[in-house]
Amino acid sequence: MASRGICDRVAIVGMGCTSFGEHWNKGADDMLVESTQDAFKSANVAKDQVDAYWLGTMGSGVSGLMLSEALKIDYKPVTRLENMCATGSEAIRNAAYAVASGAYDLVMAVGVEKLKDSGFSGLVTGSVPDDGTRPSLTAPAMFSLLAPAYAKKYGVDEGTLKDVISRIAWKNHVNGAKNPKAQFKKEVPIEQIKASPKVAGMFGVFDCSGVSDGSAAAILCRAEDAHKYTDKPIFIKALSFAAGPAEGNFSQDYDFTTFQEVVASANEAYKQAGITNPREQISMAEVHDCFTATELVLMEDMGFSPRGTAWKDVMAGRFDGNGAQPVNPDGGLKSFGHPIGASGLRMMYEMWLQLRGEAGPRQIESPKFGLTHNLGGQPGRCVSFVSIVGV
Amino acid sequence: MAGIVRYGSYVPFFRLSRKLIGAGKGERAVASFDEDSVSMAVEAGREALRGAPNVDTLLFATTSPPYAEKLNGATIHAALQLPGKVRSLDLGTSSRMGLGALLAALDVAAAGKRALVCAGDVVIGAPGGGRESASGDGAAAFVTGPDSESAAVLIGSASSTVEILDVWRLPEDRFAKSWEERFGADTLAPLVADTCARALADAKVQPSELTAVIADAANARAVAGLGKGLKLRPEQLADPLGESVGRTGVAHSLLQLARALDGAKPGDRILVLSLADGCDAAVFEVTSRIAAARPKHSVDAWIASKRGDVAYNTYLKWRGILPFEPPRRPDPERPAAPPMARHSSWKLGFVGSRCAACGTGHLPPQRVCVKCSAVDQMRDDDFAEKRCKIATYTLDHLAYSLNPPTVAGVIDYEGGGRVTCEVTDVDPAAVKIGDELEMTFRRLYTGQGVHNYFWKARPRR
Repeated sequence: MASRGICDRVAIVGMGCTSFGEHWNKGADDMLVESTQDAFKSANVAKDQVDAYWLGTMGSGVSGLMLSEALKIDYKPVTRLENMCATGSEAIRNAAYAVASGAYDLVMAVGVEKLKDSGFSGLVTGSVPDDGTRPSLTAPAMFSLLAPAYAKKYGVDEGTLKDVISRIAWKNHVNGAKNPKAQFKKEVPIEQIKASPKVAGMFGVFDCSGVSDGSAAAILCRAEDAHKYTDKPIFIKALSFAAGPAEGNFSQDYDFTTFQEVVASANEAYKQAGITNPREQISMAEVHDCFTATELVLMEDMGFSPRGTAWKDVMAGRFDGNGAQPVNPDGGLKSFGHPIGASGLRMMYEMWLQLRGEAGPRQIESPKFGLTHNLGGQPGRCVSFVSIVGV
Repeated sequence: MAGIVRYGSYVPFFRLSRKLIGAGKGERAVASFDEDSVSMAVEAGREALRGAPNVDTLLFATTSPPYAEKLNGATIHAALQLPGKVRSLDLGTSSRMGLGALLAALDVAAAGKRALVCAGDVVIGAPGGGRESASGDGAAAFVTGPDSESAAVLIGSASSTVEILDVWRLPEDRFAKSWEERFGADTLAPLVADTCARALADAKVQPSELTAVIADAANARAVAGLGKGLKLRPEQLADPLGESVGRTGVAHSLLQLARALDGAKPGDRILVLSLADGCDAAVFEVTSRIAAARPKHSVDAWIASKRGDVAYNTYLKWRGILPFEPPRRPDPERPAAPPMARHSSWKLGFVGSRCAACGTGHLPPQRVCVKCSAVDQMRDDDFAEKRCKIATYTLDHLAYSLNPPTVAGVIDYEGGGRVTCEVTDVDPAAVKIGDELEMTFRRLYTGQGVHNYFWKARPRR
């Protein structure tokens, strides 16, 4: 038994992405039409050429009908899937395996979420009838456990750590300001970030990702067919996924300064892609910055910074848009927004633009390997996805 | 003959200052937003049951039942992990039912069995009225059994019942009403004197031989002359806890009895009476077992452990009297009956599991060990009484709460095991990693007409 990966066997040949934000005048079906039409155009294919679809949505609809009705798909397989906030990446992963297996020639992965119809603040997830004993904490509260734990473990005083996480928010807003599709296309002064209203623990409003509506889509085929559709395909080097036993919920050994699931999925992806030194070899990354402290911890779990030093790399600008290893060059969940089912595909959309040299003012110079990382759940109990793509 | 084998009490953490509401001296005890008569009765019951023998019967008395139909005692039964074969009764509708339940439990004991009595009340009055300011919230619990086990033996008792419109409340009303106080006082005072005289005669005790006299009454004026009538010395009259707690409804005669036992010596004789729609009176003689029967917390320890800065509008909000702007979050959902039934010992008893193969603790209980993957090798492990501390915590300003911000802690237990739960009765600004905590039974919220009970952690009291 082995996990072998599908390095260089599958290509992405077309992508589409709506703008993210509060789309009061668009439903999930509207956004699905827009992202998929963009993707069809981008790959120069008609709907009928696509053999099968994978639709990721956490809770904006159920079943493949959500997509087939909106697009009027003629009797093709449509799989609806959900894996919390990593849902969009799961659509890519499963679609990629379908073409790699030879079952289909051309497939689409699409993600969508319509969050702004609920009328609530923050993220609201559907609940299963239960015994009423699960902690009713909000997502920011659960992720806010990272900040004081990190500060304590590495001897960083909490004031300095607040500076560090505020700089992450500032950086992602600077990047988002250069992105016409981002929810928040505005730089925010660091003092305003630091003074924003409290949400949970050390987090203010500006430490939290944008709650938004959006959709993104990708068209995939086997690598050997890629140039039939585009001159500039991008190739999948690695796809990994890890769901754990929720050890952090049970074990006193878990200290809230890491995501074991992320470490496992990153190591698996590096193995598949032959990456031995991620700090030097990964040119750029879109990571799951649901909250600022999450991005900080991810830098260490990804191996971009040695343990206990990511905060220094953040302050030195290593992960800035023009830094040595840009992270979330499109603004990330923080400023591009986080429509759950679409986010994993949105991350891939930035890789698509960057690797093709189409990222405009955000363009990173000759990137080689791009990484996307998508996480669902909470510290101690989560699922994690990592992809590596290149040309 | 029968007596009290063990006892316990509970006074909630919060106090409402009477100065704040322009109602005289002192303060009243206030159940937190996550407490009710059942949860407080569980806290008192836990105190009484530590080291107690098994009981055959559970009696729960309250005038503020969380459910009008559905046995409230069954929740207490489950939280205290009593055996399934225990008989349970709910008593209510009169504040005399606390002492009434104890006398019934002593009858059970006289018949050769043991009983647990829990009495708890959240007493609310119409805003601005005397009942609001003079009342308090609290609970008490007693285990009754044979003479041979008793720390205080019942040596005499008497009862009387009278139909009178003195204090009353319709099922659909929030607040009780009362007739002109002097009418009840003048009518009931002779009844008090008669019932006390009969109880003392039954006990063959002279008033002067009493160490403590506890006179609890729904109509305070009716017992005002008791000291004079029995020619009592001032030190014989127990502190009615008016300034520190307020009258805690059905619990109050028993809370005062618990306090008398906290300070009693072998040979002491205590008269306790409760007046409402009639009168019950009991005389106890304390035995040499009293020292071993005492609970972890004395009533005075509970009273001293407090936070006195509850704002009046916060209090009204907690009691559901004052409407307030809810957060932009979904209303809490009711828990579902089948999973509650499947997980009853976890949900209500806080019983987790421990892997027999490697010793790892699990909350909630699991079938597969998180450390060694052994399947179905778990044994039950009761975490409610374990020592625990805060591994890390956060303040959640966004979550739905009647007392924001919600303090959430990752709690680690001595001997292994971890849970993430709310920390209650706590100053959010004072929480620290490493703080020592203890578990407390609470009503998390009421969603769609269903009360959701579970456990929280609190700083040690």
